[in-house]
Amino acid sequence: MSGLKELVEGTKQLAQAMEVTFKEAVQPPLTVESPVEPIAIYPRFRGRHELRRYENGMERCVGCSLCEAACPTGAIHVEAAENTEEERHSPGERYAKVYEVNLLRCILCGDCTRACPTEAIVLGHNYALANYQRQDFILTKEDLLNPPEPNVIVRVKE
Amino acid sequence: MDWTYLLIVTVEIIFVIVALLGGFAYMTLVERKVIGRFQLRIGPNQAGPYALLQPIADAVKMIFKEEIIVSNADKVVYMLAPAISVGFALSAFAVVPFGPAVHLFGREIPLQIADVNIGVLYILAMGGIGTYGLVLAGWSSGNNYSLLGAMRTTAQMVSYELPMGIFVASVVLGAGTLTLNGIMSVQRPWYMWLWLWVAFPFYFTVMLAETNRSPFDFPETENELISGFQTEYGGIKFALFFMAEYINMITAAAVMTVVFFGGWRGPLAAQFPLLGIFYFVLKTFIILLLFLWVRASFPRLRYDQLMSFSWKLMLPISLIYLAGTAVLVVLV
Repeated sequence: MSGLKELVEGTKQLAQAMEVTFKEAVQPPLTVESPVEPIAIYPRFRGRHELRRYENGMERCVGCSLCEAACPTGAIHVEAAENTEEERHSPGERYAKVYEVNLLRCILCGDCTRACPTEAIVLGHNYALANYQRQDFILTKEDLLNPPEPNVIVRVKE
Repeated sequence: MDWTYLLIVTVEIIFVIVALLGGFAYMTLVERKVIGRFQLRIGPNQAGPYALLQPIADAVKMIFKEEIIVSNADKVVYMLAPAISVGFALSAFAVVPFGPAVHLFGREIPLQIADVNIGVLYILAMGGIGTYGLVLAGWSSGNNYSLLGAMRTTAQMVSYELPMGIFVASVVLGAGTLTLNGIMSVQRPWYMWLWLWVAFPFYFTVMLAETNRSPFDFPETENELISGFQTEYGGIKFALFFMAEYINMITAAAVMTVVFFGGWRGPLAAQFPLLGIFYFVLKTFIILLLFLWVRASFPRLRYDQLMSFSWKLMLPISLIYLAGTAVLVVLV
């Protein structure tokens, strides 16, 4: 009779498994349709680089090249130039004439952010970094100063 | 036997083949969608509205793939195997009544290609020959994995054809006829219906194994035998095996509908033949959903479990059921 008992037990277990999957099936799917719908990220998510400005429109970057020195992969290239009275980009003496980030080298570690004395370079929330051409992976100063709006929801701290 | 009869049968054959192929194409989509929902995913949703163009995209991709024939392969058998699979999978449906008789152009047209008097045996035979497709495919590929897959397929098919045959024999014993039409329309008292439905879960389980569906999908076993007998098949030849599997599944579900759930019968079905077809398709579809639900729920068995399940459990149960049916038929 142990065989019969086993049969009943086994059938019960099979029914349990079917019940579990059925409960899953009637729930709404968890899928986030990524490029169309925004994904939820945490506030300190490290995405694409951005160069920030002061409230009066001046660039924060003073062209000190500390980020270039701090970068472990050599992804950043800075060329500084003197500010003049006619052409003033930043409040300090110097500004970054060329500021390039090579996203093919960048590992998004955030060391540049930590090295920056004026908090000019930050890692933003844009995670969609794919491109069609290799040269498009080099972010120029223009790209960095005008970052695209990332399609994300920032999770609020509870 | 006049020419209009031939014409009608030809039209019916074309209708059934188109319906089966369409059913296969959209069954793949339904499967992906439903399994997706079982796993809290959405499933395909990019190709057209509700991914309705997905089967077409799949078909185009399959047709335009490079045709590779392995140099080790026995070429004739290698090409023949998928054709055998699909051919016999399609022909098994010929005896299934899928609707009530229609009156068109002053004659009565039964919605069934051939009402042969050994209908049930015919389906068993077609299923049996269809297995040759898989076995020959594995053997002719010249690949050890394929051969192992084919061996396992043979063993599985032979093992599960026994309980299936005995369950079918019990049903035939209860109904007193071999034609599917007769089995469908036989008048039973309520306790005989109940006794018939006792067999359904067992018969369903056996059919899972016969149609190579999960959790008995041993001929495929993607992760152990790298797709078993169809390892060396690609492109449209692979699609043909896939097609055969799904058409077998649809036929199995249709036969279950006819045997256990009264086929196309339902309220008002005799007056409106189209409604009868609708009932038939609906019942078949519900059984197919059951196939998918089972696939989403259970992991694949171990091979020895598969064998002992058939020989130590399903075969005794089917024999007991046959004996019980015999007693009921004689006593009542």
